[in-house]
Amino acid sequence: MATSGSGMANANYPSGTPIARRGFVELLLGSGFLATAAAFIYPVLRYIVPPQTADLGGDSVVAGKVGDLKPNSGKIFRFGSRPGLLILTAEGEYRAMSAVCTHLSCTVQYRPDLKEVWCACHNGAYGLDGRNISGPPPRPLQPFDVEVRGDEIFVTRRREG
Amino acid sequence: MKVLRNVRNWLYERLEWNDLIAPLKKKTVPRHRLSYWYFLGGITLFLFMIQVATGILLLLYYRPGANEAFESVQYLMTQVQFGWLIRSIHSWSANLMIFTAFAHMFSVLFFKAFRKPRELTWISGVILLVLVMGFGFSGYLLPWNTLAFFATKVGTDIAGQVPLIGHPIMIFLRGGEEVTGATLIRFFGFHVAILPAVVTSLIMVHLLLVQRQGMSVPPKVEREWVANPSAKREIKFFPNFVLRELMAWYAGLGVLGALAALFPWNLGVKADLFASAPAGIKPEWYFLFMFQTLKLIPSKVWFADGEVLGILAFGAIGLLWLLLPFFESDRVAGSKQWVTGLSIFALVYVIAMSVYGYVAK
Repeated sequence: MATSGSGMANANYPSGTPIARRGFVELLLGSGFLATAAAFIYPVLRYIVPPQTADLGGDSVVAGKVGDLKPNSGKIFRFGSRPGLLILTAEGEYRAMSAVCTHLSCTVQYRPDLKEVWCACHNGAYGLDGRNISGPPPRPLQPFDVEVRGDEIFVTRRREG
Repeated sequence: MKVLRNVRNWLYERLEWNDLIAPLKKKTVPRHRLSYWYFLGGITLFLFMIQVATGILLLLYYRPGANEAFESVQYLMTQVQFGWLIRSIHSWSANLMIFTAFAHMFSVLFFKAFRKPRELTWISGVILLVLVMGFGFSGYLLPWNTLAFFATKVGTDIAGQVPLIGHPIMIFLRGGEEVTGATLIRFFGFHVAILPAVVTSLIMVHLLLVQRQGMSVPPKVEREWVANPSAKREIKFFPNFVLRELMAWYAGLGVLGALAALFPWNLGVKADLFASAPAGIKPEWYFLFMFQTLKLIPSKVWFADGEVLGILAFGAIGLLWLLLPFFESDRVAGSKQWVTGLSIFALVYVIAMSVYGYVAK
């Protein structure tokens, strides 16, 4: 096949003959360009994905102090990087759950008039146990355990299973 | 005056622009009772230029970042002379631009201006509309107020619902799992660097196509002209059409100035990452029809998440919308009834759902 000594000789080949030498150079060049492009694109793709940040909240936080809340009211507390909702029911019982609506992640609030947890963004409603009862939310709010130690109210993430 | 003439001659000796402007001198624009609709695209362009100018002015004082953004806009509006006016013009012009872009799109749709050979103009226009809504969405967050914070939370969460690719897209948009100061910095970058570059280039393509192919004549008028060729009217693009367009821009400027001065845009309350969403929260009007639709879909439809279903449906409709010219016949007689029907339905749906979303609790 490609026995010609110079590039000029290629012109003498009848059309249809594979030009092996040129093909080889093109392959080298092409894969070189591809490798260069990949070497640019890969770091850029990795760069635009932000690094993972540790959720510094741990599994337990102090959500408030006894006496902060009147019966039949609620407040937002900070659980790591996300908001949680602490409720003191009309019956005097503490309840806590994630305040991130399972629909589109708005922050929910306690509605004393309805005695329900309500999301203002799309009119979703949850019961005091976090169960989704009306509107678009597809899942219940993640419930937390509440424990009163001294005058501090501790909220703990429930262990799976 | 002699100086001006000398400068002109000096430039002409070097640039010789006669052949460059010759096509503009030859170009004509059809004239008929519907030709006022031709101005809408030009007005949208005008408003975009205002956005660029006022956006650059806002950059002189705006500071991105969760601890500074709100305060810098507050400073701009209360301390900087005419700061309130510049920001008000930027906000009003943004809203008007989206409105005229929508109106332009529907006029193109109803007058069948997207038929062959103008498929590419339509496609570039639809992409431009989406990008302009991206401008609105990213710019809305920059003052870092409560409404914007929750709008961004919901909007990016919607992106996150798309199966498979949704989550990585959401992380990319937010700069993390949550909407934080990192999101604000990213949106600032999209809003002042990436989107302007992409939109400006695409506008060039869009305009080049319009210049190359000329104005489309609505089928109704075309039929009349075929029946009665002596009724056919045209005006010169330059200067006749250009001067008319400039008058339309001037009127648009008047409306914009009045709105911006009489109804200044307010700033709202600074975003608090650990506060409940306020009652009565709603997105900007141009997202209302989608917002209201998603609100009405039940949480479970058969076996799928209602939300995901709604988002996928909007995606599918968007794709159909983009490819609409390929379903339409290029002949007036072969005009597809269902395309016309779909256009009317879309317009009625968007208006009805927006109004419903506006009045609904």
